[in-house]
Order: sequence, then structure tokens, then C-alpha cells
Amino acid sequence: MIREFSLNDLVFLLEALRWTVLLALVAAVGGGLLGLLVAILRTLAFRPANWLALSYINLVQGTPLLGQLFVFFFGLPLLGVNVDAWVAASISLSIYASAFLGEIWRGSLQSVSSRQWEAGASLGLTYMQRLTHVILPQAIRISIAPTVGFLVQLVKNTSLAALIGFVELTRASQIITAATFAPLTVYGIAAVLYFVVCFSLSQLSQRLERKYHAPR
Amino acid sequence: MNYNFKFSALWPYMPEILSGVILTLQLASVAMLFGLAIGLAVAIGRVSSRPAIRMAARVYVEAIRNTPLLVQLFIVFFGLPSLGLRLGANTAAVIALSINLGAYSAEILRAGFESVRVGQVEAGRSLGLTAAQTFRHVVLFPAIKAIYPALASQFVLLMLTTSVVSSIGVTELFGQAAFIDSRTYRSFEVYTLITLSYLVFTLGFRALFSAIYWAVFVRRSHR
Repeated sequence: MIREFSLNDLVFLLEALRWTVLLALVAAVGGGLLGLLVAILRTLAFRPANWLALSYINLVQGTPLLGQLFVFFFGLPLLGVNVDAWVAASISLSIYASAFLGEIWRGSLQSVSSRQWEAGASLGLTYMQRLTHVILPQAIRISIAPTVGFLVQLVKNTSLAALIGFVELTRASQIITAATFAPLTVYGIAAVLYFVVCFSLSQLSQRLERKYHAPR
Repeated sequence: MNYNFKFSALWPYMPEILSGVILTLQLASVAMLFGLAIGLAVAIGRVSSRPAIRMAARVYVEAIRNTPLLVQLFIVFFGLPSLGLRLGANTAAVIALSINLGAYSAEILRAGFESVRVGQVEAGRSLGLTAAQTFRHVVLFPAIKAIYPALASQFVLLMLTTSVVSSIGVTELFGQAAFIDSRTYRSFEVYTLITLSYLVFTLGFRALFSAIYWAVFVRRSHR
């Protein structure tokens, strides 16, 4: 039965936006932890670790995220893990995020000049002291803006979870479109909601970029 | 785990997979071409002397870059018919992908323009180069060299992204996966194989693009 698009539908979309944001947050945290490991393996002075991390990055960045979602959605049950779309989406978006965050953070670590390590050593600091007091404070400053920038990609890519049936903003739009048959209105509103979240993050990223990369 | 993997079940569907590959590569190439054309127009628009054009170009770039491709695709395919514009799935896919890429390539091209400084042009002219020689050797060639790596990785990204258009029924590589899945019920095998096959193209294109880069930009500058 076709009905008019109403205020209730708007509320439904806003509630679905919460799931979009939550999925992005889960993937950011999961991907962040895994990404830290990737960045460490990439920068370790141990070749096999570098290759392992690089292969992982190539695998994740060289295949479509949509494909990864489907592989986890259909693959995890074969391992005896009973997963719903929410779990499959969280896992594959975390893995997707880890490959990109890992590379962003590796770049940030390596952009701190190696002379800073030497300077720290000549001041008599231990390895850990050099890392925590000299290298990391600088690397973190450099990494903040691109990390926030990547979150925009992550929020947008949560929309693909709709295609395995997870009810976030895009899937909710499909459901309402089927009931109201007002695709332009519904998808238009969805686009505006995504824009509000993503544009805020983009602006924040640019502001952080100016703040931390200003010539000192 | 007591599941019998049967990748051989996919063997009879080789023709479908092949036709999917061809459509994927066609979609990526056509969308790249149109996307670059849109991007060039928008990049020029962003440095226009008329504020209205500058504003319109910026709104386009921000609107596209801050919304998901999937929603853009649904607006083109499901939304436009309610305005009386009915498109086939393939056409809608090319339009959505081109509009999407247009915003990203506009930013890449803009960076390319900005990499050429006025002082270099003046230096070229003062060395006795003609205006045409200056444009070719001082402006165009270095600008293309500067943006080439970004455009190359954008193409690979686009090729991977085309998988999304399977959601409106386009039978490119990922769309074929859904078809084979519906025939064989071998979901895991189908999606794993299809997903990994993209990797072959990613690595292949990356190798091809860096070979071209080396042949055109590196070798030449050493002569």
C-alpha cells in the first residue's frame, strides 16, 4: 500500500542515521586498533613483518569493500560464527579502515625526521623515552587531520552495509521508498543527512590541518 | 567446520565472469573519460573570475564528496524517473560514476594547475622559448607529471567502486557474482573468487601505470 511521506518517516531516517554513525564509530575504533598494529608492522626493522603488513594493505585496498562485506557476511557462518549483518559490517569496515589508517599513521611516523631519533639518543634518552617524548607527539600532530579526513570516507562507506541488509540510513531510505514511492524526496533527505555529518567532519579536518601544519 | 568448499562449481560460469570483467572495465574507462571532462570544467570554474561560477563549482565538489556514491546512484536511477527522466541501469551507472569522479578529479586537476607558478612561465620565456614551447615544456608537461600518480590511483579506485552499481542491476563483475550465487548457492565461493579477481586488475593496472610513468616522465627527463 502506498502512503504519503510523513513526519514519522523523517524520524525513522534520523533514527537510522544513529546506526550509520554508530557503525562508523565501531569501525573507527576497531580499525584504529588494528591500524595501529599495521603501522607498527610496517615500520618495524624486520622485513617479514613489513611484507606481511604490505600484503594485508594491498589485499584490502586492492579489492572492493562491497566484496569484502559479502565475503564476511557469507564466510563467517561457515566458520560456525553466527553473524548478522551488523557484525559482518562492523568486522569488514574495521578491516577496511585498518588498512587506510595504518598507512596514514605509518606516513606520519616516517615523516618525523630520523635526526630526531638521533638527537634524542645523543641526549641520553632511552628508546621508549625517544618514542613517547620526541617522535609520537610530533607524529600524532601530523596524523590528526588526515585521520579525521578518512572518517568522512568511513561514514560514506557505511552505506554499503545496506546491501547486506543492515538497516542504517541508506537501507532505511530503501524501506521508506518502497512504502511511499517518493524516491527523490527520501534519497534527497538521506543525502542531506549524510552531508551534514560528512561536511562537518571535512571542515573539522581542514581546520585541524591549518592548525597543525601552519609554518612554525 | 564441516562445509565442503566447491570452487569448481563456478567453472561453468566462466563466460558470465568474463562478460562481467569486460563491462567493469568499460564502465571504469567511460566514467573516467566523462569524469575527467567534468572535472576539467569544474576545476576551471573554481578559478573563474565570476563569483557565481566559483560558488557553483565549490557547491558541486562539496556536495558530491560529502555524500555516499550509493545514494547518488539511487537518486539518479530511482529519483530522476519521478521527474520524468527514465534511465537504463547502465546509463544511470555511468552518469552517477562520472558525476562522482568529476568532483574528485576537479580537486586533482586544480592541484595540478596550482603546481605551475607564474615565475616558471616567465623564466621559460626569458630563456627564449616561444609561448607554445613554454606552454608545452614548462606548463603542460610538468602539470601532467604532477597529477598523473593521483589520477592513476583514482582510476584503480574507480574500477573497484564500479562494484557498487551492481545494486541497481548492472551486470558488471560484481553483478555477475549475484547471478552465479543465485544459480549455484555457493555464496562464499562466488564472492571470494570475484572479490579476489579484482585484486588481479588492481595490481595489473598499478604495474601498467607505473611503467607508463617511467617511460614517459622518468626516462625522458634523464635524456
